[in-house]
Amino acid sequence: MHNNDSKTVFGFWVYLMTDCVLFASLFVTYAVLHGNTFGGPGAAELFSLPFVLGETLILLTSSFTAGLAMLAAHAGRPRQVLAWFAVTFLLGVAFLTMEVTEFSKLAHEGNSWQRSGFLSAFFTLVGTHGLHITSGLIWMGIMMTKVVRGGLAPNTLRRLTLLSMFWHFLDIIWIFIFTIVYLMGAAS
Amino acid sequence: MKTQDTHGSLFTYITGFILSVGLTLVAYFAVADQWLSGTGLITFIVSLAVVQLIVQLFFFLHLGSESKPRWNLTIFLFMLLVVVIIVFGSIWVMNHLNYNMATPSDTDAHIIQDEGFKK
Repeated sequence: MHNNDSKTVFGFWVYLMTDCVLFASLFVTYAVLHGNTFGGPGAAELFSLPFVLGETLILLTSSFTAGLAMLAAHAGRPRQVLAWFAVTFLLGVAFLTMEVTEFSKLAHEGNSWQRSGFLSAFFTLVGTHGLHITSGLIWMGIMMTKVVRGGLAPNTLRRLTLLSMFWHFLDIIWIFIFTIVYLMGAAS
Repeated sequence: MKTQDTHGSLFTYITGFILSVGLTLVAYFAVADQWLSGTGLITFIVSLAVVQLIVQLFFFLHLGSESKPRWNLTIFLFMLLVVVIIVFGSIWVMNHLNYNMATPSDTDAHIIQDEGFKK
């Protein structure tokens, strides 16, 4: 890669690190408020662990297939790139669908973000991650049309690198949501 | 700044994937089957999450194969410092805020219980 490319990649890495700080502040808000249920249900009663394990494995697999797409991109195989990103995209959509299903189920049962401080913090933290996933999916869709039209031009390859970093980053954030919100919620 | 220049191989991605799935399942069953309890369990699953963070940083984001000067690693470590200050600082402050915002009699009870003072 050219020197300018590695500067772009470094700049994007700096953005990801600042996004980590954003998530850290949402995590600690959750940590402080998770006991403030205002007489409502807590984490242990609300969340289904097997369902969340499914979400986790889907997102983890999508992070892996994004990696495979990048290997194909560096090997100069546009069809393989499209195939792996298509798989990644579908897994991302499946993950997002499960998350929206969980949110609407909670809201319908009267446990929306308005119910308690705990639920406000929960919806803000997990919802922010969901919004990141949504923008990642939109970005992925745009990049796939670019690959279809122009193949793996240097510009496209660089943007695909940034996209894959973004996607791996979202998976890492999810590990901590899985552990801190869901597993620790069920454990206590 | 060559982190992403070395973009890994099929082997690194498969290794990272298998390790991550393994760590996720161990954490899940540790909670579902209650291998431990209380603080022990929390410490265990948080350690597994940190190990998985390191696994994915190495195998998916290739942080380890960066050549000198390691700016990506430097800014990552600075981010960790900021995150630790935000997280532990906030928890520390908010716990003490709860402690001091109680009613006078609650505060007395806390002081008697926590500090060992007796009336």
